[in-house]
Amino acid sequence: MDLETVWTIASKDLRLFRRKKSIFYAVIIFPIIISIGLPGLIGYVATKASTSTAVLVGLLDSFSFFFAIIATIIPTVISSYSIVGEKVEKSLEPLLATPATDDEILLGKSLASSIPAILAVFLGATIFMILTDAVTYGKLGYLYYPNWNMALVILVIAPLSVVFSVEGNILVSARVNDVRTATQLGSLIVLPYFAIYLLSEIRLISVDTTSLFIIAAIVLVADVFLFYLSRATFRREEILTKWK
Amino acid sequence: MIDTVDLTKKFGDKTAVNGLTLHVNDGEVFGFLGPNGAGKTTTVRMLTCLISKTSGEASIGDYQVGNKNDQVKIRKMVGLLPENAGLYDDLSAYENLDFFARLYKVPEAQRKESIERFLKMLDLWDKRDQTAGTFSKGMKQKLAIARALMHDPQVLFLDEPTANLDPEASKTVRDFILELKKEKKTIFLNTHNLDEAQRICDRIGILNTKLMVVGAPETLMESLRGRRISVKLVQVNEAIVAALARTGFEKVTIEGNNLVIDVKDPEKENPGIVETIIKAGGGVQFVNDLRPTLEDVYLKLVRG
Repeated sequence: MDLETVWTIASKDLRLFRRKKSIFYAVIIFPIIISIGLPGLIGYVATKASTSTAVLVGLLDSFSFFFAIIATIIPTVISSYSIVGEKVEKSLEPLLATPATDDEILLGKSLASSIPAILAVFLGATIFMILTDAVTYGKLGYLYYPNWNMALVILVIAPLSVVFSVEGNILVSARVNDVRTATQLGSLIVLPYFAIYLLSEIRLISVDTTSLFIIAAIVLVADVFLFYLSRATFRREEILTKWK
Repeated sequence: MIDTVDLTKKFGDKTAVNGLTLHVNDGEVFGFLGPNGAGKTTTVRMLTCLISKTSGEASIGDYQVGNKNDQVKIRKMVGLLPENAGLYDDLSAYENLDFFARLYKVPEAQRKESIERFLKMLDLWDKRDQTAGTFSKGMKQKLAIARALMHDPQVLFLDEPTANLDPEASKTVRDFILELKKEKKTIFLNTHNLDEAQRICDRIGILNTKLMVVGAPETLMESLRGRRISVKLVQVNEAIVAALARTGFEKVTIEGNNLVIDVKDPEKENPGIVETIIKAGGGVQFVNDLRPTLEDVYLKLVRG
């Protein structure tokens, strides 16, 4: 595998994403809303006298998991364009005719989808932690973030989730013809994450360190499985003759 | 340069290309004609290692199509203009070419030089910073051809390069192909345009899943039905036709004031024909050579 080729493909896609306003805003706006909106909500809850410290901490742990959800949603928008967009613009065939191997193209496109998503998660999480600490310090008496759970979410689960989302979207891209459908179908990948969040909100599970390790392990296994599946899907003959 | 022996591609039960045996010489412009679904694009895709062959053999230069170790080498030595230009609309003309040149590992200095050279040749240099999405169809097609040439390939596959272009853009593209011909590049040209094939190609193959005929345009046209001439007279009458029949020209058709006569060697036979007509009282205005067109050959073969 030639990493220079991989980076050439990834940097071309990154340049295209910067110029596609819809993609640029989708990558930027969602994390900003979450990272500013959630601390606002937390600040409101924290000011209520009836809110106990335990309830507030449970809420903070659940909200931390939102960054795993963001990590799954953002690549949906990007990778839908990255692959289906090329299908729509008919630019895949010239690309496939170059000496770049299937794996180099796949990795380049995966990187291009992953890098903005991971950066957006890191940026959003940093803003979220600073603002949340600012609004909860008075109630808690200490800085809740950063902590191990948040580190686990943004450094382990978020990158694994980005990979999960990118691979899932490659599989979806093989079956659809327009970017919007790809984005909509790809968004379904986020459902298990929402399920975890909702279960944590109704206290059926707790988003503690153990749970997060288990979630990370499950996503890792899913990543490995989807990696082989997406690799089998992303073969030039399949793309040219079977992708609809 | 390009050799295929019994090359076949099947998609399930459907045979797209059936037993294609072909040789394209180094530096030759080879035209591949055929109706939609004849297997022209499939052949190009097989030869450029985009899809696998079902059976048979094919090679480009010293490399075997289908051999995993040779695939990347073949892709490096060929350039492809697919049916659709397939440019990145949000990248500039320069960025489109630069991206592909990088994928072919063209060194930076050569990359800049090639981009400038081709953009200038194709009158696109002044528009190098404009995004491809703002280009007309003709400009896009020219840019896509330049893209296929970025790594200076020995073999160029052009799939319908003038399809959907206006006459002026078609001419620019054709002239550019003729320039490449002067550079002795091997060009494999898929086209529907018979006039284009006749003007550009050294040899032509007509494909309809199976290869039906291969040859130089002139040879193909003459092989169809010998040669004919058309003699325009002041007034046609039966006495002239009868006189021609007596001198051995029995296949004569009357079309208005024209006599269409089947001949074997017009250069030798025309003086005698004219003399016979004049002796029979006819007034000759014009004598024209009626060669069968490539279209005649194509339609005869494709329609069976």
